[in-house]
Amino acid sequence: MALDNKRDFKIVGTRVPRPDGVDKVTGRAQFGADKTAPGMLIGQILRSPHAHARIISIDTSAAEALNGVKAVITSADFDKASSAGNQDALDNCMARGKALYDGHAVAAVAAISATVAKQALKLIKVDYEVLPHVTEVEDAIKTDAPIVQEGRQAADTPAGLSQNITHQMSFGHGDLDAGFAKADLVIERSFKTAATHQGYIEPHACLATMGPDGKADLWCCTQGQYFVRELCADFLGMETSQLRVTASEIGGGFGGKTTVFIEPVALALSRKAGKPVKITMTRDEVFKATGPTISSYSDVKIGMTKDGRITAAHALLRYQGGAFPCGTIEFGLMSAFAAYDLDAVQAEGFNVMTNRPRQAAYRAPGAPVAIYPVESVVDELCQQLDLDPLDVRLKNAARKGTKSSYGPTFDEIGLVATLEAAKAHPHYTAPLGPNQGRGLSCGFWFNFGGNTCVSLNLNADGTVGIIEGNPDIGGSRASISQMAAEELGIPYEHVRTIIADTSSLGYNDITDGSRVTFAVGLATIKAARDAIQKMCARVAKLWDIDEDAVIWEDGFAKPAGPNAGAFEPMSIAEIAAIANSTGGPIAGHHEVNANGAGVSFGVHLVDLEIDPETGFTTILRYTVFQDAGKAVNPDYVEGQMQGGAVQGIGWALNEEYIYGDDGLLQNPGFLDYRIPVASDLPPIEAVILEIPNPGHPYGVRGVGETPIVPPLAALSNGVSRAIGKRMFELPMSPPKILKTIKG
Amino acid sequence: MRYAAPTSISEATRLLAAEPGQSQILAGGSDILVQLKAGLAEPDLLVDIKRIDGIYDITSEDGGYRIGAAVSGAALGEHAGVKALWPGVVEALELIGSTQVQGRATMAGNLCNASPAADSVPAMIAAQAIARINGPDGERDCPVQDIPVAPGRNSLAKGEFVTSILLPARPANASDAYLRFIPRTEMDIAVVSAGVSLALDDNGICNEAHVAIGAVAATVLVVEEAAKCLIGTKLDDAAIDAMGAACSAAATPISDKRGTVEFRKDVVAVLAKRVAKIAHTRAGAPS
Amino acid sequence: MSNIHVTTTLNGDQVEYLCEPQETLLDVMRDRLDMTGAKEGCGSGDCGACSVTMNGRLVCSCLVLAAEAEGQEVETIEGMADGETLHPLQQKFLDHAALQCGICTPGFLVAAKALLAKNPDPTETEVRYWLAGNLCRCTGYDKIINAVMDAAAEMRGA
Repeated sequence: MALDNKRDFKIVGTRVPRPDGVDKVTGRAQFGADKTAPGMLIGQILRSPHAHARIISIDTSAAEALNGVKAVITSADFDKASSAGNQDALDNCMARGKALYDGHAVAAVAAISATVAKQALKLIKVDYEVLPHVTEVEDAIKTDAPIVQEGRQAADTPAGLSQNITHQMSFGHGDLDAGFAKADLVIERSFKTAATHQGYIEPHACLATMGPDGKADLWCCTQGQYFVRELCADFLGMETSQLRVTASEIGGGFGGKTTVFIEPVALALSRKAGKPVKITMTRDEVFKATGPTISSYSDVKIGMTKDGRITAAHALLRYQGGAFPCGTIEFGLMSAFAAYDLDAVQAEGFNVMTNRPRQAAYRAPGAPVAIYPVESVVDELCQQLDLDPLDVRLKNAARKGTKSSYGPTFDEIGLVATLEAAKAHPHYTAPLGPNQGRGLSCGFWFNFGGNTCVSLNLNADGTVGIIEGNPDIGGSRASISQMAAEELGIPYEHVRTIIADTSSLGYNDITDGSRVTFAVGLATIKAARDAIQKMCARVAKLWDIDEDAVIWEDGFAKPAGPNAGAFEPMSIAEIAAIANSTGGPIAGHHEVNANGAGVSFGVHLVDLEIDPETGFTTILRYTVFQDAGKAVNPDYVEGQMQGGAVQGIGWALNEEYIYGDDGLLQNPGFLDYRIPVASDLPPIEAVILEIPNPGHPYGVRGVGETPIVPPLAALSNGVSRAIGKRMFELPMSPPKILKTIKG
Repeated sequence: MRYAAPTSISEATRLLAAEPGQSQILAGGSDILVQLKAGLAEPDLLVDIKRIDGIYDITSEDGGYRIGAAVSGAALGEHAGVKALWPGVVEALELIGSTQVQGRATMAGNLCNASPAADSVPAMIAAQAIARINGPDGERDCPVQDIPVAPGRNSLAKGEFVTSILLPARPANASDAYLRFIPRTEMDIAVVSAGVSLALDDNGICNEAHVAIGAVAATVLVVEEAAKCLIGTKLDDAAIDAMGAACSAAATPISDKRGTVEFRKDVVAVLAKRVAKIAHTRAGAPS
Repeated sequence: MSNIHVTTTLNGDQVEYLCEPQETLLDVMRDRLDMTGAKEGCGSGDCGACSVTMNGRLVCSCLVLAAEAEGQEVETIEGMADGETLHPLQQKFLDHAALQCGICTPGFLVAAKALLAKNPDPTETEVRYWLAGNLCRCTGYDKIINAVMDAAAEMRGA
């Protein structure tokens, strides 16, 4: 058997081509909107034109009477959900009683064409009683704010705050007052961040087929087909066994495709119409009705000694996560000070409901906007005390044995290594010109393991099929195949990994929390070991020796030693050939609720230049340093680091949800929701560090989320240093920078 | 909605004039298709003018160029003659949208769409371009600055459409330039913009200037006060500063999702000054 | 609602279809001709995922009416590889790991091919500006730019 903690790799760590690559460069890959079915209808959704309104009545009779319309549904067509959380997800898919935000779904139609469906939507008469609305954190927390949903207030809401408050909580340890008393300088600042959207290029799309026998199939772009199944079955009153969900290729998610929006609607329409129904969101719908991230308004106070030791740190974070209770604040509070080894630290805060779309996870949910104010204040302290910002972070860095600000004590972590790598990199000492600034920030994410199930089937020719249950969002089929090939000792090309539908494999958690390469990789390695054990047993049978007298080495079953007997080693192909005669097909399985994901730290460096007359920011140079534990496929690890950095750059500079006084979203499109374009950016250099995660057989850590965290503060610190004045609000769009320069 | 693709100007004007409901012109489509999809435009008749004979032509005329209404930004950018004569107009048109949009978007469409932020319009106005309009009463010429009248509204009568735009001849030692401000490097609508065209006499003194600024009022503004600041000068710093200040003073912007009043008034001066310097250098001034 | 009959050339093949007046070329390719390589990311010309060339000009097929394609020559991602042989750009996208989710990839490839037809030796900056209308949310563009530069070099025989 292979060693448990393998360090000497042949295939893991190489840049092999991805198995789905050819399909994706030829246009053959099938994404959410690429599937059709015979007799298919087109579903479309009617959405609220108001930010907040009571639905007095919905008259669908004229729409139903239109030629070509096959079904019209409202919230009355769904069951009551089985839990409060599920009910929120359902009410977000179809408003029940009240429309809670601009774009909230209120009814849906299925018709023989998009043209007819569009006409039908116009014939649905909704009688609204428009209610006062609230969209901003600072307004929604006031006691006289419009109440978004009654009866949802957190029991321990501090006095003087509105009924919109949910999820009041606090983390930390130590004596803050004593800590601040020891400081030579204490800085307290307030910060604001705007809500951003994941901005995946593929709008949500699905194809639902439900027959009169109650059996249903659903094809959709999702990060988690099993979770889609649980929710949809719940909303439609089905047993989960009767609903098979197949995940299409997914055109980006970043957390935004971890829940349902149109899928239950398509199923309900299909049930009513008795025909397949396809729903594809427009970009406008994606922005108005799918998950933006939280926006925030926060106060951070940090004390530091003259030589750069942080003596105490406090944060009050206020998040809004849309029209439903939102627990993302917890991740924010837990991550705010995670990079620091602190004696006295407290992060407290709450969520507040607003008339905005229900927040969905976005890459390290909660962490970027929590760490941004912290890293900004640390940078300002460094500036005022004339200290090197990397030295200060090294001096205070969390390391193995640090009691983290959120409770647990850290095991092996890579923060110090990434900081040292940044310090040694030529970027850090490169000269800067006029109007230029260099910013840096640390970033952190917890990472996640979770429920995972993998099957590995040995084929008759000795090749291997892997069945796993997590949509491949950025090359995970390659890394899973690499780990299987590594463990089995066979060529990468002999492994093919596919993603199962919900009826073909046991439950898997969503592709989230940077869990797939870690947890599915772990389960794959264990499934391979299970198969190896079975193969060794078959060989033992053939050789007529004890099972434990057969070992596995470099893709061959061999006698354990001279005492076991003299046998020619058998290859995996040779073992496959004797499978039928030694007991039948050979397969390995592993099922686990994986722990030990291992946290991930990163450090980003940015050089930028500000046009002092317009406030325009040009990014000149960008370097990402991050601990990957073990980079299974360095190409795709770099891709995560680069892509996350650029999403963070967008968040820092120009991306924002803009609501008018009417509570309506003013920029639901890529024209005015400004994600970075190719010409906005320099090359993004990615420096991978490998501090093995003790919780994974190959040392793997999740890498996908951490890289979106540092850019917010890195850019804010860079801009602040370039213009000589501190910035306290994101995005730092040119009007804000120019105003700060002039102010 | 019905779609028609007439092959002659007369057929097109006849269709437009005869339509009892709403009609709309389709040239490059980069505005109208977006409006159709969003339900912002719901015409009964869409008249595609791209099959009209000669509509893609770029022809020399009296030392200038006549640009057909279907000529795309990409095609105009490949025309060395136009680029040499009116580089500011060409660079303005080429700033609209992406490479993909450049494959379709036209100067005539940009003009008739009547957005105050239209990139090519300040440059065309500064260049004193003349639109040729055909309609039920025949053909007429109209300075481009008289075509947009309000955001999304133009002065064309029922049945009329722009068939070509004349970029006139210009004297020696003259040139033009255009700049806009956007928050990214590409893909945005101008938050502020400025186009300047100017001519110099043999002594390098500016004897003609036209300044137009965009996205700072309901339509593109012609700022004669700003032009006056340049005329009679060698575009020294004082003249340029005065010209920028005149643009800022003329601007009556709003605060919206793209920028604030304060920002627009500030940056319009910055851009106007920068663009005047570029035009000045192009006109042959020592740089 | 009366449908329009259109005859056009798609990747060298003459095809005919009926379309509604407001249907886009993208709608028809995807919904009537089973050519789903071009994607609809925005429907407003802001993302480039639906890029095709029409008579050699790079355009967004979401901003072209299907009726306008009458008599035109349209090239799509489906026509890019020569049988089993990938176009050098396609191969370089694989070699450089220039895709993560892959939804924007067909648009980038079609756009990059149009660039190299016009300018076989672009600078990195020229590549970045030419491709500014193709949004990618996964990669940060870095590996895409490298792939295009490398393909350009190979196609020049450098």
